[in-house]
Amino acid sequence: MGLKLQQSHHHSVAAKVNEQMGTKRGYTFIQANRAWIPKFLLLWVMVMAFLSIWIYKKMDADNKVRRKEVLSSMCDQRARMLQDQFSVSVNHVHALAILVSTFHYYKNPSAIDQETFAEYTARTAFERPLLSGVAYAERVIHSEREKFERQHGWTIKTMRREPSPIRDEYAPVIFSQETVSYIESLDMMSGEEDRENILRARATGKAVLTSPFRLLGSHHLGVVLTFPVYKSKLPLRPTVEERIEATAGYLGGAFDVESLVENLLGQLAGNQAILVNVYDITNSSDHLIMYGHQNQDGDLALLHESKLDFGDPFRKHQMICRYHQKAPTSSTALTTAFLFFVIFILVGYILYGAATHIVKVEDDFHEMQELMVRAEAADVAKSQFLATVSHEIRTPMNGILGMLALLLDTDLSSTQRDYAQTAQVCGKALITLINEVLDRAKIEAGKLELETVPFDLRSILDDVLSLFSEKSRNKGVELAVFVSDKVPEMVMGDPGRFRQIITNVVGNSVKFTERGHIFVKVHLAESTKPMVDAKAETCLNGGSEEGVLVSGARQFKTLSGYEAADERNSWDSFKHLVADEELRYDASINTTAADEASQNVTLMVSVEDTGIGIPLIAQDRVFMPFMQADSSTSRNYGGTGIGLSITKCLVELMGGHISFISRPQVGSTFSFTAVFGRCNKASFSDTKKSNAEDLPSGFRGLKAIVVDAKPVRAAVTRYHLRRFGILVEVASSVKIVASACGKNGSSCGSTIQPDLILVEKDSWLAGEDGGLSLRMLDWKQNGHVFKLPKMILLATNITNAELEKAKVAGFADTTIMKPLRASMVAACLQQVLGIGKKRQPGKDMLNGPSILQSLLCGKKILVVDDNMVNRRVAAGALKKFGAAVECAESGKAALKLLQLPHCFDACFMDIQMPEMDGFEATRRIRMMESQANEQMNGDMDEGSARKGEWHVPILAMTADLIHATYEECLRCGMDGYVSKPFEEENLYQAVAKFFKAKPISDS
Amino acid sequence: MDIANQLQRQFMDYSTSLHREGFVDDQFTQLQKLQDENSPDFVVEVASLFFEDCEKLINNMARALEQQQGVDFKQVDASVHQLKGSSSSIGAMRVKNVCIAFRSFCEAQNREGCLRCLQQVTHEYSLLKNKLQTLFRLEKQILAAGGSIPIVE
Repeated sequence: MGLKLQQSHHHSVAAKVNEQMGTKRGYTFIQANRAWIPKFLLLWVMVMAFLSIWIYKKMDADNKVRRKEVLSSMCDQRARMLQDQFSVSVNHVHALAILVSTFHYYKNPSAIDQETFAEYTARTAFERPLLSGVAYAERVIHSEREKFERQHGWTIKTMRREPSPIRDEYAPVIFSQETVSYIESLDMMSGEEDRENILRARATGKAVLTSPFRLLGSHHLGVVLTFPVYKSKLPLRPTVEERIEATAGYLGGAFDVESLVENLLGQLAGNQAILVNVYDITNSSDHLIMYGHQNQDGDLALLHESKLDFGDPFRKHQMICRYHQKAPTSSTALTTAFLFFVIFILVGYILYGAATHIVKVEDDFHEMQELMVRAEAADVAKSQFLATVSHEIRTPMNGILGMLALLLDTDLSSTQRDYAQTAQVCGKALITLINEVLDRAKIEAGKLELETVPFDLRSILDDVLSLFSEKSRNKGVELAVFVSDKVPEMVMGDPGRFRQIITNVVGNSVKFTERGHIFVKVHLAESTKPMVDAKAETCLNGGSEEGVLVSGARQFKTLSGYEAADERNSWDSFKHLVADEELRYDASINTTAADEASQNVTLMVSVEDTGIGIPLIAQDRVFMPFMQADSSTSRNYGGTGIGLSITKCLVELMGGHISFISRPQVGSTFSFTAVFGRCNKASFSDTKKSNAEDLPSGFRGLKAIVVDAKPVRAAVTRYHLRRFGILVEVASSVKIVASACGKNGSSCGSTIQPDLILVEKDSWLAGEDGGLSLRMLDWKQNGHVFKLPKMILLATNITNAELEKAKVAGFADTTIMKPLRASMVAACLQQVLGIGKKRQPGKDMLNGPSILQSLLCGKKILVVDDNMVNRRVAAGALKKFGAAVECAESGKAALKLLQLPHCFDACFMDIQMPEMDGFEATRRIRMMESQANEQMNGDMDEGSARKGEWHVPILAMTADLIHATYEECLRCGMDGYVSKPFEEENLYQAVAKFFKAKPISDS
Repeated sequence: MDIANQLQRQFMDYSTSLHREGFVDDQFTQLQKLQDENSPDFVVEVASLFFEDCEKLINNMARALEQQQGVDFKQVDASVHQLKGSSSSIGAMRVKNVCIAFRSFCEAQNREGCLRCLQQVTHEYSLLKNKLQTLFRLEKQILAAGGSIPIVE
């Protein structure tokens, strides 16, 4: 046992280690880096912050590029327009210059005068939108000044409107547009800008621009455009001298750049957004502003320069554009970046939460796993404990049982025998219970398998009752069993488990019942259904019962008169059952075959008590293991609360179900169904023979009257008596019996002449005078020749005084103490009637050894054990039963002795032996045998066969029942096992099985 | 006859005391029951076998445990197991109980405990031997006086 358990323990430990390894390997990445999780979060946040900043920057840069592109396109557009307009004007001025040269110089006299010029220019002003005005100045050499002044009637003035000082040449304005008429007669050469312009113009012959300056009239910034006008046609490639020589005058126009550009820009879209400056950059170190404000407000960071070509190669101009306002911080970029940041922070937080959650869950998981491992370890420890304890209990129990067996062999009075038998049965039940405790593990693992053997249900119920009889008697609780006659005598099933169920339920009831009764009732499940219909039926034979039903005013019609939880069990319904049976019983005693068509029989067992009941709140957990009604229950009544859970499992295994009805302070009724197989006749008679508790048949045909005011109880008594074949009549009181006998006594009428009168103690005490009348009856009958009926008192508990009184009252014969059960009733009746006194009850005890003797006598048996003492003891025990015993001290020696052919009928083999253990030895023996058998089968064809095969029965001998489980023995070829030290019954069971099954060994 | 009765009573008292003090258990009674006319000396025979066995095993164990280094606990355990089997067969309860304790020490490889147990076993064994020898002497005396050996319950 120890070994096996340890093995399994090792196994589980190994498994656990494996599991733990597995889980270690199974640690997730997250779990492994759990310390890093907050750091990861921080890192994440930082990375996300950088990312969002980068996004912002990128979007901002994109914005700037776009802005710049917009600016440059706008700037270029403006520059182009300005340039176009400008060149249009310049072209027109050029045309004007040609006009002047054509009509003023080539025509003689001149076709142009001031009025013509003014009018023409005024009317063509729209052609020169950029020019504020044009004027023509003639080239006058100093020598011709006087002539010129005279001719025009005014003196040449300087720009400051003073008479011009003497110079080499002059350029007085002679024609002018009206808008600039104020410059007439002014010497253009006197202005620094204009002079330079004039000189450059006549040298190049092209349009020339001044640098910007404040114009005379408007004080706007402007430039002056100058064209030379030549007197004569120039040669194809004129030199500068030739040009100067040919110069007749100069046509000039003032570009009022400021107002004109303003005008121009005003026509364009986006004017407000940008700031435009136009510069003259001829002198690259000093840019002169032509348009725009010198003080540069606006966005300094971004500007665009566009080149302007006004047609004067000497002058360079450019336009610079910039935005009025600084680039606004882009709200989209900002929000995008911010949202990005927020979203990913949230994502990070979610991931963090998930990770911590995973870590937590995993931690919990590991914790649970650890707990589970611990729980399993506890379970192993529990099994070990159970195994050890039960093993240790078994040993002293063997002593007790042995002593009791010896005691029963001595001459005992019936009471003593009853006590001793009860003690023995209890002891056996205890051993069974211990085994059942061991089997509990099997139930839990679902490995429990039920036996299917024929057994006598009634005797099992009797046994269980006797288990509790002492207790119930002490408490004054009436304990009774009733089995319907329809229930077959023998059924196929698991007697041990059935007993366990009944023991559990009844034990529970006994525990919680202080008064009243406990009533076990067994009937076919089908017969409960037609109960209602049966009502009418009872009328047929209910006539006799009508008189019986005289019960007390507040008495319930139950066994003891106390109220029971389940009304179904009260007399009202119970009588139908009984009545129904009566019919059948009368009709045919032995015809249980009537409805044997079905293979199975479903039994309904109910156990009714009048105990404390189950509190309503606790009712739904009655069948849960280790649950009791409340904690005070175990204090007051003891127990673990495991019984009912096992019971439930077992009932379900038997194909039934268990339920209960309970009312606090009234009682509980547990009822369950179970399916059993029917016995076929062959096995029936077979098992009946071996069944130790065979009921004596000496009472068949006797007549008895039961005097009991309580019909249920009377039915129970009747049931017990009927089992012996006694005909029973029920009377509710002594008086009725007396009168009945009185009437019919002399004439030996139709009513039965009783051999026995059984009087319930209550009924007897209730009618004190009844006792008297009974005695009278006795006397009367004594007077006649009739045989005196035996008077028997039935009592649950009785005081000595009452007993004395009873004796005086006429119950001298005997008192039967309840609970009633077959063996005891039989013993009492035997005593009373003086039938079969010769050691009848002890029959079963004699049976075992004698059968064993008959089985073993003359058999040759080999005992294999390494322990000399064990060997000797086993040999002694077997010799006692007449076997011829030979011993071997090791597996090897056994092998030698069992070399074929040999003449051993059986072999008892120790399991634990050095060198070669019992299993190994058995395996080798079996191998040897199978080889021999094969050979023999080969020979069989030639007709020289033995009548069977070699197979010596091998039985294991072991001290540990758990270690040498039956399966393990079977696996290596053994036929069974006996526990060591030998116990007669055990030995008998083991030996009987294979000596019957293997008749070859008889040869 | 009177002497026989007296001896019988003495025998009864003695064997009940053996039971009471736990030297023997019911297995011993079973053994006594096995003794009949076919094997009149069965119990004595078995007991002497047991004593021989015991002595041998105790010596074995003592030798094994004397080894200063590397006590072969397996061997000791095997011996204890043997002894336990023998003692339970004969019903020597106290010896058996010590054996149970002994085995647990063997499993724990506890040399100190083992030695202590060995001492106890030796003690119990010699006690039992004395007691049983006295019992057998009584038996013989009863038989010599012409009485029968009563069954002890």
